[in-house]
Amino acid sequence: MADNEKTYVADVDRSMYDFRDESKDSYRIESGLTTEIVEKISEEKHDPEWMRQFRLKSLEIYNATPMVNWGPDTSGLNMADIVTYVRPNTSMRGKWSEVPDEIKTTFERLGIPQAERESLAGVGAQYDSELVYHNVRDDVAKQGVVYTDMESALTGEYADMVKSHFMKLVPPTDHKFAALHGAVWSGGSFVYVPPHTKVKIPLQSYFRLNAPGAGQFEHTLIIVDEGADLHFIEGCSAPKYNVANLHAGCVELFVAKNARLRYSTIENWSKNMYNLNTKRAIVDEGGTIEWVSGSFGSHVSYLYPMSILNGARAKCEFTGITFAGEGQNLDTGMKVVHNAPNTSSHVNTRSISKGGGISTFRSSVSVTAKAKGSKSSVSCQSLMVDDISRSDTIPAMDIRTSDVDIGHEATIGRISDDAVFYLMSRGLSEEDARAMIVSGFADNVGKELPLEYAVEMNNLIRLEMKGSIG
Amino acid sequence: MSQEVLNIAQLSVGVEDKQILNSVNLTMKAGETHVLMGPNGAGKSTLGYALMGNPKYQILGGSVTFQGENLLEKNVAQRAQAGLFLSFQNPIEVPGITLANFLRSAYEQRGHKISLYNFRKLLKKQMDFLQMDESYMDRDLNVGFSGGEKKKAEILQLLMLEPSLAILDETDSGLDVDAVKTVSNGVEAYQKNQNGSLLIITHSTRILEALKVDYVHVLVNGRIVATGDASMIEEINDHGFEHYLNQ
Repeated sequence: MADNEKTYVADVDRSMYDFRDESKDSYRIESGLTTEIVEKISEEKHDPEWMRQFRLKSLEIYNATPMVNWGPDTSGLNMADIVTYVRPNTSMRGKWSEVPDEIKTTFERLGIPQAERESLAGVGAQYDSELVYHNVRDDVAKQGVVYTDMESALTGEYADMVKSHFMKLVPPTDHKFAALHGAVWSGGSFVYVPPHTKVKIPLQSYFRLNAPGAGQFEHTLIIVDEGADLHFIEGCSAPKYNVANLHAGCVELFVAKNARLRYSTIENWSKNMYNLNTKRAIVDEGGTIEWVSGSFGSHVSYLYPMSILNGARAKCEFTGITFAGEGQNLDTGMKVVHNAPNTSSHVNTRSISKGGGISTFRSSVSVTAKAKGSKSSVSCQSLMVDDISRSDTIPAMDIRTSDVDIGHEATIGRISDDAVFYLMSRGLSEEDARAMIVSGFADNVGKELPLEYAVEMNNLIRLEMKGSIG
Repeated sequence: MSQEVLNIAQLSVGVEDKQILNSVNLTMKAGETHVLMGPNGAGKSTLGYALMGNPKYQILGGSVTFQGENLLEKNVAQRAQAGLFLSFQNPIEVPGITLANFLRSAYEQRGHKISLYNFRKLLKKQMDFLQMDESYMDRDLNVGFSGGEKKKAEILQLLMLEPSLAILDETDSGLDVDAVKTVSNGVEAYQKNQNGSLLIITHSTRILEALKVDYVHVLVNGRIVATGDASMIEEINDHGFEHYLNQ
């Protein structure tokens, strides 16, 4: 076990993620957000005219929209300090061997090439705000699956499809940070899966922030056509800096008739990050959206993936875990709208708080008058590891038909002394025993993740639990 | 064979400011089996918990030496690593941790290195012996196990971890006849194959029928009031604890 312990430390030591390259940014826009900056971004990116207009309109909305006044405090976020656009000294590369060494080293330390070799279909790894490395395995491309960066998608073969879907699900008017995203978005992935195409291996994208003060505003747009099937994995890690960092990405998922999309994420931002991310899916008749969502890291998070069940028998499954440690205030949850008959949603979440961390689970279940015969079950379990942490559950329901089956269940508990004693009586140290109990508590999510991510999540839990014994 | 494995001297133990054990003395040699009997509430389980180091039980006085070392200054995990084992009367359910994964972690704590494949092979062998279905290996530890399966899982841990001294706390309670037989076979295997020392806490005698017993102690109101050989079991079976109660 002593050796295992070492392995865990090597695997999870946060310093591994906390390295940064020398700032050799070829281009950096001055701090703060003005019309000139947005114009400059648009020009640099060679936006089509409609996108330039879209950005400027979004900026207007941003300026006219007040800051959020509910949820965790965001006063530590100074927008003037956030550099909105940084791109590395490289343009898009198709082959790993052509990627510059400095950037390559960064990715190698994050384990991306290995992951790709092993089981992943394609990697769109985002370095700062631009995709520098992009590769889709031949067999996936042969299936007709489009997996590309958003910039290319704007002008490529699927430009019209992008235009008709881009920020239609999450309009800039949604909230202040959606507007900000619309104005300055950069990077991200576009995926289109043609009808009746089953993508057997997961597609993966790995985002990270590198430059101090750099915000990240990547846009993910996924369209899974009729009867098709896709698993998309989004993983995040960011180095730690002293300036407030902002992540305001946007994920829009379109699931067509009888299609299925599984969207898995482990977000592991550094502990100074403001993670204000918006994710939304719309599901047509007989389609399924499955969310697997792990929220670790960040200073403050607002994250509530939303599912709109818009066709009869559409389904949503949501499995989530949030781990709030010292100095963290993670406000996470989910929203579902049942807007067609016989739709169903099944939500199962865990939240863990430790070292004075605050975790809040917000759920919102709406059932419209059209959604007769629908079912929804929401279960949230919280675990507080010590006496100074906090855990809240805030459910909201808006039910407009009587022909529904709705369930909500929430439990909040502590680590049982008896369980710690039991595990220790078999030779496990108190720290290991507690970590094991917490890992076990989080196992509902681990079971839903691909193996390497499940291992990473367990390592993260072990790391977070380290030193928790006074 | 004659090496002293456990020496309890003048041990007094309390729970929540209430004294339960009063100056208990007990010495065990390696390979011996001792039975601790007594009516409900006499403090039998308290002795097991106190020896294992449950923090809810306060040591009010006395000393305990385990294999020549001061047991009381070790924490729970250190006691287990030193070779002490407690089979729980009510094994705890731990969701999300499979029996096999948990047991492998514990096994490695004992200093063993073993591949996953070989570990599972070894585990399966012991499970077959205890007539436990293999599927329990990948079920969450004790979660949804029947009373009998929980007790078998405790004996499985005993056989896998090979401690030098095992305390069995009411391991036969709540078991049907067949399960008692299986559990008893497991304990016998530990006794014979591993030359293990046993302190069996029980208020019935069913589990003892097939086992070699060296000493029997009767605990009443926190004190050991009588010690004798295996013949005491039959006597207690016939007459109960009645005549020990007023000693």
